[in-house]
Amino acid sequence: MSVLVFAEISDGKFKKATYEAVSYGRQVADMLETKVVAIAIGNGADASELGEYGAHVVKTINTSDSFTADAYAAAVNASANEVSASTVIISNTYTGKSLAPRLAQLMGASLATNVVSLPDTSNGFQVKRSVFSGKAFAFVNLQRDKKVIAITPNSFEIKSFGDTAVIEAASTNVGSTGLTIDAVNKVTGKIPLTEAEVVVSGGRGMKGPENWHLIEDLASALGAATACSKPVSDMDWRPHSEHVGQTGITIKPNLYIAIGISGAIQHLAGVSSSKVIVAINKDPEAPFFKAADYGIVGDAFEILPQLIAAAKN
Amino acid sequence: MKILACISVVPDTTTKITFTENNTQFNTAGVQYILNPYDELAVTRGLEIAEANGGTLTIVHVGKAEAEPVIRKALSMGANEAIRIDADPTDAQYVAEEIAKIAVGYNLILTGRESIDYNGGVVCGMLGSLLGITSINVVTRIDYADGKFSFDRDIDGGRETVSCAGPCVASAQKELCEPRIPNMRGIMAARTKPLQVLAPQAAANYTNYASYELPVAKTGVRLIDASEAGKLIDILRNEAKVI
Ligand SMILES: Cc1cc2nc3c(=O)[nH]c(=O)nc-3n(C[C@H](O)[C@H](O)[C@H](O)COP(=O)(O)OP(=O)(O)OC[C@H]3O[C@@H](n4cnc5c(N)ncnc54)[C@H](O)[C@@H]3O)c2cc1C
Ligand SMILES: Nc1ncnc2c1ncn2[C@@H]1O[C@H](COP(=O)(O)O)[C@@H](O)[C@H]1O
Repeated sequence: MSVLVFAEISDGKFKKATYEAVSYGRQVADMLETKVVAIAIGNGADASELGEYGAHVVKTINTSDSFTADAYAAAVNASANEVSASTVIISNTYTGKSLAPRLAQLMGASLATNVVSLPDTSNGFQVKRSVFSGKAFAFVNLQRDKKVIAITPNSFEIKSFGDTAVIEAASTNVGSTGLTIDAVNKVTGKIPLTEAEVVVSGGRGMKGPENWHLIEDLASALGAATACSKPVSDMDWRPHSEHVGQTGITIKPNLYIAIGISGAIQHLAGVSSSKVIVAINKDPEAPFFKAADYGIVGDAFEILPQLIAAAKN
Repeated sequence: MKILACISVVPDTTTKITFTENNTQFNTAGVQYILNPYDELAVTRGLEIAEANGGTLTIVHVGKAEAEPVIRKALSMGANEAIRIDADPTDAQYVAEEIAKIAVGYNLILTGRESIDYNGGVVCGMLGSLLGITSINVVTRIDYADGKFSFDRDIDGGRETVSCAGPCVASAQKELCEPRIPNMRGIMAARTKPLQVLAPQAAANYTNYASYELPVAKTGVRLIDASEAGKLIDILRNEAKVI
């Protein structure tokens, strides 16, 4: 028996979410008194890094093929069989969320996505996951012998175990895919919204796309990703990929700064799990203040330059 | 061309989420149910493709009779027919297995990116695996030309263009299209369109929900004077320690 972690590689490096998944996997393995094996599929990443975060063994598959759910699921399933994995840990990135359900099918495993807790094995195998777009949590029992757990990025600390992992080439390769990749368009140098620790977000109160340099300046001074409310992306002030909320992306950063956003229930649904929330709004009655830890009542166009100056300091 | 759109029925986005029976049941009292917003996109784009290529769109829902007004809405948008598998599912595995049994023979199967209640985001991939066909998550564009489906899909840190001849299953993401609003003719026509009710075939449940919990409420906002806004950065750095 073992715990297998899917070690996601992006642009020749492991993601921060991968370190979180490995540390999580190690804690599950310790709980189940077994070993943790990481399966790293891709190119360029330094497999030995994963020992530090808890991996006992790292299996590598060297490939430059783009991710496809069918091909990767076959490879991870083969590795899971090879190391008799009872539990597979995946990070809930776009890649992870595409992989998890196919893998669970191949393994005949119970699956939980959006997981925010370590398993409770005192009576069966239970995890906590977020539901209703962050408006609630559910405790779900995974009843099958095998389990696939997809954990929410930014939910678990990266731990240092200071181990040295054994690194070996996996005996399997990525499987075949029914999909042809025609073009890849990666935005480089930008922090993916779902993995960002700090997010600066603007709403309709920002008045127009021409004012977004203020949001971007604050974000870059804080090393943050940028986001927006739904009407902002509906009006094409910002790309749809930045829209957070119940019908957009759900995020869980350490810090969410909402500027000129009223705090509608559908918006809050996607951001309320953030550790610390700051609301900046000229209306003292804006609902966002009820969901915030810190607030400034005032005009964004006067406040933002002050924040940018202080952040650069 | 035959297209299948899987729809889920979810609480309206303004619903205040509460639980009953010692936090073991979702409180459905007064809840309005709607067509899952992502599924609305799947139905709309499925219809556009079917109409442009002389095909048909079938709706499938795994659920009880209460869902029929929402199924009729999908029919009033223009779908040709609907299938309801008469069960009360509590697990995506169950839903996927039941749908897989009727999904053979379709060229394209569409789901939403996730249902906005349980947010699993897993039915698309499960169906792909059960049917042995490729699955493409979170697509923002679907076109059909020269015997091939072409998709744009969101990937971590970017976007990818992919294609396949089908059959395949894809999950709809915002930006795919503008949801179609049913017109009076569509609403009238939907009343007599076929809605077939099938008995479930006893699929398996792999999970069960034990209980729920609401997030810890914020203890109250600490206001910082607008004239000293810069102080906020200091607090975030040294007290909250989040930057
Ligand atoms: C089915 C459905 C799904 C939805 N899903 C989402 C979702 O996923 N995400 C989402 O965000 N919304 C969603 N919405 C929309 C949501 O209900 C709100 O309409 C939306 O969040 C409002 O966006 P906003 O706060 O930017 O704009 P507004 O509500 O217009 O608020 C603008 C705010 O800016 C403030 N302001 C104005 N000028 C200034 C200034 N100079 N300085 C400081 N503050 C200023 C105002 O006081 C106001 O509070 C959904 C709605 C529906 C019906
Ligand atoms: N009961 C259901 N009946 C039919 N389709 C469903 C059902 N539940 C979920 N789906 C489909 O699967 C998608 C993703 O749901 P989920 O994996 O539960 O988040 C939804 O957007 C629907 O397209």
